[in-house]
Amino acid sequence: MKKSLSAKKKKDNVIGFLFASPWFIGFIIFTAYPILASLSYSFTEYHIMLPPKWIGIGNYTRLFEDPLFIKAFYNTLAYVAGLVPIGLVVGLIIALLLVKPFKGRNLYRGTIYIPSLVPLYAMATISLCFFSSYFGIVNGLLSHLGINGPLWLSDEKWVKFTIVLIAQWGAGTTALIYMATINDIPSELYEAAMLDGANKWQMFWKITLPLISPATLYYLIIATIGAFQIFDLPQIMTSGGPNDASISYVMYLYRHAFRYMNMGLASAMAWFLFLISLILVMLIFKTSARWVFYGTR
Amino acid sequence: MKYRSRNEIFASFSSKILLILITLIFLSPFFWMFSTSLKADHDLFLSPPLLIPNPLIFQNYKKALEYFPFFRYFKNSLLITFGTILGTLLSCSLVAYSFSKLRWWGRNFFFYLMIGTIMIPFAVTIIPQFIIFEKLGWINTFLPLIIPSFFGTPLYIFLIRQFFQTIPDELLDAARIDGASEFQIFLQIMLPLCKPVLFLITLLQFLASWNNYMGPLIYLTDESKYPLSLGLPQFLDRYGTHWNWMMAAATVSIVPIIIFFFFAQSYLIEGIKLSGLKG
Repeated sequence: MKKSLSAKKKKDNVIGFLFASPWFIGFIIFTAYPILASLSYSFTEYHIMLPPKWIGIGNYTRLFEDPLFIKAFYNTLAYVAGLVPIGLVVGLIIALLLVKPFKGRNLYRGTIYIPSLVPLYAMATISLCFFSSYFGIVNGLLSHLGINGPLWLSDEKWVKFTIVLIAQWGAGTTALIYMATINDIPSELYEAAMLDGANKWQMFWKITLPLISPATLYYLIIATIGAFQIFDLPQIMTSGGPNDASISYVMYLYRHAFRYMNMGLASAMAWFLFLISLILVMLIFKTSARWVFYGTR
Repeated sequence: MKYRSRNEIFASFSSKILLILITLIFLSPFFWMFSTSLKADHDLFLSPPLLIPNPLIFQNYKKALEYFPFFRYFKNSLLITFGTILGTLLSCSLVAYSFSKLRWWGRNFFFYLMIGTIMIPFAVTIIPQFIIFEKLGWINTFLPLIIPSFFGTPLYIFLIRQFFQTIPDELLDAARIDGASEFQIFLQIMLPLCKPVLFLITLLQFLASWNNYMGPLIYLTDESKYPLSLGLPQFLDRYGTHWNWMMAAATVSIVPIIIFFFFAQSYLIEGIKLSGLKG
């Protein structure tokens, strides 16, 4: 009896493994091996044609002597600092405006959500025309108001902010997640607060915001990892210009890896990015114990 | 009391105004795209800009399609997208079945390991992946874009697993007692019950592949193999000063997505909430 039981267990293990094997194989080939490989490439000089040559931490020291790398890194920090909080506020405001049912809500919701589905490459080309300093609609409308609009994407000082603004057209996804979370808040909480004489503003700060904090944590992690890897918008719209003011980390990595075939240096960049975003995500997790509220479950 | 209700009316009125304003801002890029796509050449650079073109030049679309091989790009996008959808449906449902309904050594550990991999930036894995595909001679083919999907995508596996877990074990045990193999149970009981989540995965994968820009940029060199995601920016590089043609090409490029949205709207919205919340 005991023997057949353990035989059954063995068989279960084999079947379980077999069903999961696509992921196991994919995990080894496309995730685990690449992580280790890029770590080891990062200590070599490697141009694909010749075998990698060990150079120790040479790539890492070279990076921090490279002014363009420093600039790309700085730009990316600026993107993260803009994209993450602004995206949060825009998404949350839209969610609050759309969360209660009213006539025509689905139409509004659909309209706001469509730009999140439109591919970024299309959004990028449309935005070029939209924000064009000479014939774009933005400066056109501003000039009606008597304001001389900035050069947006062609101005070193404005280009990053413009890209952050353009990215807000994708806020529909964040709004949807927030709407779903706000809908889950029991209405008795608001009723009780109302009886106690709380106003809307107090209810937002004391009830809504704490109870949607798990969704906020999720947003912060996903948005931070995403913002560190911003690529499509600046690559298509500005190719990094003017004067490298919009070049992002991954754009610079892409140049080294796939244009100059500097696989070693690019791997060092990838690993440094990995470490930085890992540290940030861990910080977010660490502080989350203080502000994420898992009360009502 | 009266003061307060007046205050509230004002609040709801101003939030309506804000909502309308935001909606207009979200519509405006498409309005501007469409408007520009119908402008005559000499109307493009008017200052202040012309909001509604006059006359309407539908010829721009003909011109754009002459220089912009939309149908070839479209066909390539479709091929890549269908390939990845097929791979995703096959692999993710199998793996999700293992992670939800089969008992085996280390299952939970590997499940959490899989969830953890979602947080790894693609920048870390992309270089060795490129080198693997290069050694296989797959550069400039669709294979590097399609084949990885046959090995499962963690987020989708997670979503299908959530769905599988709602199906009672008794149902499966009854089938097991009747002598059905795990594969038969998977194929004949689980999959038919899980059509909604499989449909959702199809939609999400469709969007991911259709919108993918960096993958094709890295792996495809031959213009005849370009999907829309490379074709449109390329058109921008070449005919960037012909903004009316450019915007006509952009309009044609996003029409499939807009049509797609109207068919899939409710499923997508539910799905995004699900994938966002439970992650």
